[in-house]
Amino acid sequence: MMELIVFILLVLTGLITGTILERRHYRSIRKREAKLKHILVFSERRPPPNFSGQSFSLVTGSVVISSDYFKTIAAGLKSLVGGRLTSYETLLDRGRREAILRMKEEAAKQGAQAIFNVRLETSTLNQGRKQGIICAEMLAYGTALKASFSDQGVSR
Amino acid sequence: MSNDQSSFKMFLSNTEFLPGYAITRHLGLVQGSTVRAKHFGRDMMAGLKNIVGGELKGYTELLNESRQEALSRMQEQAEAIGANAVINVRFSTSNITAGASELLAYGTAVVLKQQG
Repeated sequence: MMELIVFILLVLTGLITGTILERRHYRSIRKREAKLKHILVFSERRPPPNFSGQSFSLVTGSVVISSDYFKTIAAGLKSLVGGRLTSYETLLDRGRREAILRMKEEAAKQGAQAIFNVRLETSTLNQGRKQGIICAEMLAYGTALKASFSDQGVSR
Repeated sequence: MSNDQSSFKMFLSNTEFLPGYAITRHLGLVQGSTVRAKHFGRDMMAGLKNIVGGELKGYTELLNESRQEALSRMQEQAEAIGANAVINVRFSTSNITAGASELLAYGTAVVLKQQG
C-alpha cells in the first residue's frame, strides 16, 4: 500500500513539475531562438566564397537532459503497444534545440555571423545499467565565421 | 576553460577547407581523449532530478569540461608536431562502463597559411 502511494506521488510530481518545467523551457527556447535569429546556421561543409579571409573558430554547445518520472512511466506503458513515444520526442527536441542555442550563443559572444558544417551528436550516458536515470547528451558543433567588412552579396 | 583554448593560439575548425587559407603541410591525425567518471554526489542529485526531469546541469558541466580537456590535449599533440591548425575536428563519446564515459576529439593537423 505504502509503495503504491509513493509511486502515485512520484508520478504526480513528475507530471506536474515536469510539465511546468517543460513549458518554461520551451518558452525560453523560443525567446532565445528569436533573439539569435541573426546567426545563420548551415550544415554545408564549406562556406560560400564571399566569406573568405575571415576569422573562424570551433564552437560547441551541449546539454544533458533527463526524463521525468511521469515521462518514463508513460513511455514504458506506450512501448508495450509500440508507436510514437511522444513524451520522449519532446524531450529530445528540447535538448537538441537547447544545444544548438548554446552553440549559437558561443558564436554570438565571438561576434560571428554564421556557423558552418554544423554536426549534431547524441549519446546516452547510462548504457548497460539496469536501473539508471534516463538521460541523453546532445552536442552541436560547428565552425563559426566572422564576416569582415567586405560582406557584400551575403543576403540577410 | 575558454581561456585555455585561446592561450594556445591555434586554429580549430570542423570544416575540411577554410576560405582564404591554404594548407601548406599536412601532418596527419591528432587526437585527444579523456575518461571521466561521474561524481557520486552528482549521481545522487541526478537521480533526484530524474523525478522532475529537465537539464542535469552537473553532467552538462562535467561533459563540457571533459570535452575542453580532450580538445586541449589534441591541440597539445598538434603543437608538438608543428601544426598551427587542426581541421576537420570530430567529437565522439562512448560509454566504457556504467558511470564512466570517454570523450574523444580528433582531427587533422595542418600548417595553414593565409592567402593574399
